[in-house]
Amino acid sequence: MISAIVDMASWVLLTLGGISVLIGGIGALRMPDLYTRIHAASLTDSTGAILVLVGIMLQAGWSLETIKLGAILMFLLLTSPTASNALAVTALRDGLRPSALVPKEKTRR
Amino acid sequence: MTTLFGIFLLTLLLITAVAIVRSRNLFISVTLMAIASLLIAANFFLLDAADVALTEAAIGAGISTVLFLGALFLTSEQERSATSRRLLSFAVVAAAALIVIYATFDKPRFGDPQAPVQVHISPWYIEQTRELIEIPNVVTAVLASFRGYDTLGELIVVFTAGIGVLLLFSSGTPSADNRLLFSRLNLGLRRYLIPRVVGRLLVPFILLLGFYVQFHGEYGPGGGFQAGAIIAAAFILYALVEGERRALRVIPQRALLAMMAGGTILYGAVGVAGILLGGRFLDYSVLAADPVQGQQIGILLIEIAVGITVTGVLLSIFHAFAARGR
Amino acid sequence: MELLGLYHYWVFAVLLMIGFYAVVAKLNLIKKLIGLSLFQAAVFLLYITMGKVSGGTAPIVGGGTEVFSSPLPQVLILTAIVVGISTTALGLGLVVRIREEYGSIEEDEIQALDEP
Repeated sequence: MISAIVDMASWVLLTLGGISVLIGGIGALRMPDLYTRIHAASLTDSTGAILVLVGIMLQAGWSLETIKLGAILMFLLLTSPTASNALAVTALRDGLRPSALVPKEKTRR
Repeated sequence: MTTLFGIFLLTLLLITAVAIVRSRNLFISVTLMAIASLLIAANFFLLDAADVALTEAAIGAGISTVLFLGALFLTSEQERSATSRRLLSFAVVAAAALIVIYATFDKPRFGDPQAPVQVHISPWYIEQTRELIEIPNVVTAVLASFRGYDTLGELIVVFTAGIGVLLLFSSGTPSADNRLLFSRLNLGLRRYLIPRVVGRLLVPFILLLGFYVQFHGEYGPGGGFQAGAIIAAAFILYALVEGERRALRVIPQRALLAMMAGGTILYGAVGVAGILLGGRFLDYSVLAADPVQGQQIGILLIEIAVGITVTGVLLSIFHAFAARGR
Repeated sequence: MELLGLYHYWVFAVLLMIGFYAVVAKLNLIKKLIGLSLFQAAVFLLYITMGKVSGGTAPIVGGGTEVFSSPLPQVLILTAIVVGISTTALGLGLVVRIREEYGSIEEDEIQALDEP
């Protein structure tokens, strides 16, 4: 009984994680400029990573694998926002303005 | 299901490869190469090659990208010339692809247990590993013991390539604009607070993973080649975060040279020790009273030798590129 | 379904030729090296694909299973990847030196400079 519930919860988490990453992908393609794209991709990516990894952890049960998955989760939660931050800061220092702050004609190339 | 996922990944890989070749901006090409490498590594994992996947991920997606970006930094990011004889090249390449595809119809089907590669020699290696060496990871056993000659040869090639890069960069003078750029590079990420803090936080853990992969190589996926790449990646991350000069203070150039040569010499010395103790070159059975234990000691030493040389060579190459503007 | 068993080999053939196209058709030297890396990756893929056996696991004994994919191609490719990056680095070093001497990494421009 409990195992069935855990199994179900794990599948729900995995599906939600997949949907989240998919939305992030769509956002990265459809958003108007670099900053909004980073915003779309990084937030959904972190959420997706948490959901998917917790989902797999539930599948693995109490074992060494769960600890390893936890380590991977920690690593992703540290690196993926950092990468987004580095990207955005570099773009800002290079002089790329968010498109909302630039008059309409100028954004079109 | 796994096969289907593999086919999906391979299709993504083909799309990425086309984008890599089509892009005129080399920076984009190199970034896409990292993605292609990761896709290939995932595929290797699906094809039961955990050791190879680990190596490809550390080298293809990590170190190779850094080296290509370093080369772009020293040359130019934009591809200027048009493609030469586009139609002729395309015709030749398409014809060759069709010939290779035609040839594949004679190949055994994917995963066929009766394929020659499965029945000819592989069972022998798996059986003999159990009997003679008694370590779980057959890949490590074949790499370090059964085919130790090959690995020695490969290690010498890696060593020679490292020496070659150092020799290439020992002559000529870097151009002036490189020097200007380098002074900026040497700041590392000092002005970028968050990447710097996180980068510094990660370095010890990556090193720990490297040593785990090195010394766990007999039991799980791992070994000298993978560990060397991961440890080198940790130091490269440190150099990127803190600036190249501070990284050189941790492991100076002379120490890197000593590591390059020392690992190769250690490998050879283990082989010679076999002769001196009455066996043959690279025969580890004589290294201890019990032949099985001798094999295990030999494999451990060989893996350490490989790890030291690979770390030394990869770091030397990185520093050679990074220091070119000085 | 029968033909799907050859898909991995077809990907190998196409990837090999995409890499080869970059080597012969592109004039930029770094692009040629990128093409060479793709070519190399295709060969790696071929070897590892051949070693796979259906229902097998990674060749690590003692996990309870008795069907293993062939370890031999994996050993060859494992070392080849490390050798590959070393030789690619050597190639990149040559390109950087060419740029320093000629001021260009485009093959046609370099050839024009070489002709008196």
